[in-house]
Amino acid sequence: MTEFQWPWEYTFPPFFTLQPHEETRQQQLKVWTDLFLKYLKHTNKFSLSINEQSLPLFHNESIQRRLSPELILVILEQLQRTGHAAALDKRRQEWQVYWYTLEEYGNMVYDWIQETGQTNSICTLYEIASGESSTQMDFHGVDESVLLSALRLLEEKGRCELIEMDGSHGVKFF
Amino acid sequence: MNRFAYVEARLSSNETFVSRDSRVKIFDGDQKTDFEEGEVVLTTHRLFWGRPGEIARAAVTLCLPLSYVISLGEETTASNFFGRKTRIIMHLRPPGPDKMPGPLDTSRATHIKLSGKNGLSVEFHSALRETLNARIWEISLTSETIIRGVDSSPTSESGNDRLARIQKRTGIGGIERHLEAKAKATDENIALAFQDLSVLMTMAKDMVGLSKTISGRIREQKGEISDDETVRFKSYLMSLGIDDPVTRDNFTSNSAYFSSLAQQICQMLIDPIEELGGMMSLADVYCRVNRARGLELLSPEDLLHACEQLRGPIRLRSFPSGARVLQLESHDDDLIAIDTLEKVQAAESLAVEELAKQLGISLLLAKERLLVTERLGKVCRDESVEGLRFYPNLLLQRD
Repeated sequence: MTEFQWPWEYTFPPFFTLQPHEETRQQQLKVWTDLFLKYLKHTNKFSLSINEQSLPLFHNESIQRRLSPELILVILEQLQRTGHAAALDKRRQEWQVYWYTLEEYGNMVYDWIQETGQTNSICTLYEIASGESSTQMDFHGVDESVLLSALRLLEEKGRCELIEMDGSHGVKFF
Repeated sequence: MNRFAYVEARLSSNETFVSRDSRVKIFDGDQKTDFEEGEVVLTTHRLFWGRPGEIARAAVTLCLPLSYVISLGEETTASNFFGRKTRIIMHLRPPGPDKMPGPLDTSRATHIKLSGKNGLSVEFHSALRETLNARIWEISLTSETIIRGVDSSPTSESGNDRLARIQKRTGIGGIERHLEAKAKATDENIALAFQDLSVLMTMAKDMVGLSKTISGRIREQKGEISDDETVRFKSYLMSLGIDDPVTRDNFTSNSAYFSSLAQQICQMLIDPIEELGGMMSLADVYCRVNRARGLELLSPEDLLHACEQLRGPIRLRSFPSGARVLQLESHDDDLIAIDTLEKVQAAESLAVEELAKQLGISLLLAKERLLVTERLGKVCRDESVEGLRFYPNLLLQRD
């Protein structure tokens, strides 16, 4: 795995303090949300806990600055607003973060099913997320719980139907 | 009205009830008071006034010892609606030093009036007159002194003296007497202290007047004293204070006072503020103004009011943090921001203390400068365990 390319802001101390100036704060949050998504994609992670103090994303050792839990929450809430994150617990400490929004995931999977002519056949979630035929796709390697949420959204639009069997899920596309 | 004291409505020994009337109100001089629709009870020694029922319950009511009354008068008012009614006017002596606290501490009026819805009853009026003529309170007082006088005959003097001393020291009465004496002593001390101060003030006025005449004379005979000396002497005078401070006494209205005070503050501070870089905190202003005024000191409230009136080259400004400063009109936020940004850029990052030191201004003002610059998006903050620092706003300005 290649070294993660941190943006220049990562070594700029004010980046770790929420800025009161409106325009500056918007820009700061935008950089942070991009960084969150890029970093998680790079490390192949789909969940974050606010308490993971040692995570390099939250803590730049070289300039001795760390994100406060409050600021992490602000960033995650910003991600939630754009459909890239959802809280897993009521205390909003554990978060699921999506590299793409659930809708984007759903559409990508649906398009891929159409292209490969798998409509009306039943696939398992494992096939879609980790099967050999999808290795080139952006959604390859997606967390199954994230995929499930995306497919539920598709199901609501009537494009597929989820089938539960023995605790795992299958899906049939129309 | 200030002759009245709050006293429990109980008769003392050898005091007897004389007369009463109801629905009576009291006037302080010619002015109405809140004491209306009450009951008055006249005894041989005192006059009580209470709200209905209070006197019967022996509650605390207003009480006027009859010994205060100099003379009695009456006045009749006639109006078309209410018919004629008679008011009683009681002219009073000034209150004694040992008077108990009453409804009013000071009053300019030397008389009170009693009045009722339909005037006071004729019976009450005549009873009052007779009681005042009888002067029963004086009799009891003199009889007491007579008895004492008889007792203190030379034969039993030493024993009596001791008895009197014991009487003076023992019991609740003794404690009360002691406290009274103490309070009296304190009062006298305070009065004495202020006497000194007022002497000082009058002397100071003379001194200021003297320095004024000297400076005037210098102005006239410029030729005789060398310029150098004049300048030096003038600088001494200046350091004594402004030569004609604006004081409240010269003005009848507050607004005129504040606006001319504002003018003087403006003249006095415009140079120092410019020297300080355009801003001065109100605390500094307060110190400087009062230093210059010498003895005619300003209260913080008056200074603030005057500053609020400032128009022209200097104005009062309140920051969102609540800090208030006087600021040059020409000195606006954009200029501050540009100037501060330059400082921050030169140092890469700046803490409040560092900027204060660099510019030679107070921490409060340095912080306000940085916050103004931040509000304009020119710097951004870094809060860490090391404290608050400000950096150039690369977040917005890079790319």
